[in-house]
Amino acid sequence: MIAQSQLYGLMAEWDNPDDLLYAAQQASTEGFRHMDAYTPFPVEGLPEAVGCRPTRLPFLVLCGGLFGGVGGFFMQYYANVHAYPLNVGGRPFNSWPAFVPITFELTILCAALTAVFGMLIANGLPMPYHPVFNAPHFERASRNRFFLCIEATDPHFDRSKTRQFLENLRPQSVSEVPC
Amino acid sequence: MTTATPAQRLLTRSQRTALTVGVAGALASIVGAFFNPDQFFRSYLIALLFWLGIALGSLGLLMIYHLVGGTWGFILRRILEAATLTLPLLALVWLPLALGYQHIYPWATAGALAGAEAAHRRTYLSFPFWFGRAVAYWLIWSVIAYVLNRLSRLQDQAATPVPTARLVRLSPPGLILLVLTVSFAWIDWVMSLEPDWYSTIFGFIALVGHGMAALCFALIVVLLLIDREPFATLLGDKPSRLNDLGNLLLTFVMLWAYTSFSQFLIIWYGNLQRETVWYRHRMAGAWEYVALALIVLHFFVPFLLLLSRSIKRRPQILLGLAAGLLLMHLIDIWWQVLPAFHPTGLSLHWQDIVAPIALGGLWLAASLWLIQRRPLLAQRDPHAPQLVAYAGAEPAT
Repeated sequence: MIAQSQLYGLMAEWDNPDDLLYAAQQASTEGFRHMDAYTPFPVEGLPEAVGCRPTRLPFLVLCGGLFGGVGGFFMQYYANVHAYPLNVGGRPFNSWPAFVPITFELTILCAALTAVFGMLIANGLPMPYHPVFNAPHFERASRNRFFLCIEATDPHFDRSKTRQFLENLRPQSVSEVPC
Repeated sequence: MTTATPAQRLLTRSQRTALTVGVAGALASIVGAFFNPDQFFRSYLIALLFWLGIALGSLGLLMIYHLVGGTWGFILRRILEAATLTLPLLALVWLPLALGYQHIYPWATAGALAGAEAAHRRTYLSFPFWFGRAVAYWLIWSVIAYVLNRLSRLQDQAATPVPTARLVRLSPPGLILLVLTVSFAWIDWVMSLEPDWYSTIFGFIALVGHGMAALCFALIVVLLLIDREPFATLLGDKPSRLNDLGNLLLTFVMLWAYTSFSQFLIIWYGNLQRETVWYRHRMAGAWEYVALALIVLHFFVPFLLLLSRSIKRRPQILLGLAAGLLLMHLIDIWWQVLPAFHPTGLSLHWQDIVAPIALGGLWLAASLWLIQRRPLLAQRDPHAPQLVAYAGAEPAT
């Protein structure tokens, strides 16, 4: 038996997504907030049930895209109008239609890079160690098992009562996850 | 016949209203035809292009759905199928245009395509060849629509996977045929309004517009029925499904802008007299404000709105966007067609407005009638989400 201070949480597993979704909803109603679910594929309604809040990432991606678009346009504008004006077939120096493809591409590039790196930073990835992997046969979360972990940091967390609560939801098993 | 469901009642009521509007508009148009036959046929062309686009776009969306699946298509499927069944009717609607082609197309007047370099165009745009090609398009479209609907009925009835497999197998060649025929049809019917001008992406731009218009039409029907079964169950507590449909609309808005701008950029950059003439007619004499409105309201506004997840999940806003985009699609057709007749400046005859409304009323009455011929959801669709058991589901007969 591991000490309370070394406990990351209690992990329960089910063999189908519906039971997990029901369990997560019950846990949410029960007042648990610090919990997370682990499934082999996205389960509709699960993020809401475990209390996933909308992140700031979409806003960051928008900013990244705007930066790429505005920067991309002015890069071309500056080069063609101020730094090195060149008469190409009598077209105006500020040939904005010709600038659009590069502006567009840089918008996408910067938005995509912001999305990838913003996601990694916000997730705290790469993360060489995480306690949930201490749970028995947790590797099946990427195959055919559906896990719900109620974390010890939750104000309502009580080792025996929370275990009893999870047992009542008829999981395949409940196990303690050490830190 | 069982008692009508709330969804059927709304459809029947809308069908009656559409028919009244259609008949009234048709009468007004016929009166207009006596005073100004030239204008009548030109407005008729615009009306046909708009509503035919929805039917053709439905054909494309349906075949894409049979290829890739997805809940979006399961939701829209029956409405799209009904729209494609109007194609044989639209062929009849097209016939008067073929009779009045001399009122519309400049190449119909003798000596219009003079000179040695126009020799091939003279052959291509001779009436018999032009008419023969049109007959081929209508045949191909009607056959595709018939086959898709026939297999869909078999899929509903039979417990065998054969009709489903056929739908999957026939959709790729069907799509290839559709892209080719629509491209050529739009060359024949729209691009040849200015027979000296050509653009190879023209047909594809039209096709993207059709896809968007068909999606808007199906979305409008579904969103109007969203409080009624079966759509209340299918969409009510599943905002992610609305989200998917909104994303699909966003894709079409972007693709339309992408292809339209591609054509503009290449012609602008090439800067050749015979190519730029098309845009010079459409960027002068107040037509440039229409072009600007298209850029802002056909792209930027819907694009920015549809980026937001909460907007995509609100049925009322999505409904407004779909209706607005459908209107912009009509304005797009005006902007493409009308300057060919009025290159010097903006001109919109009352018939240009009444004709699309008239044909629209009749077309909608036909489509809504066809929608009610079958249950609103497919019965044995392999892509159906699991919750299909809804109150009032009719057992397959």
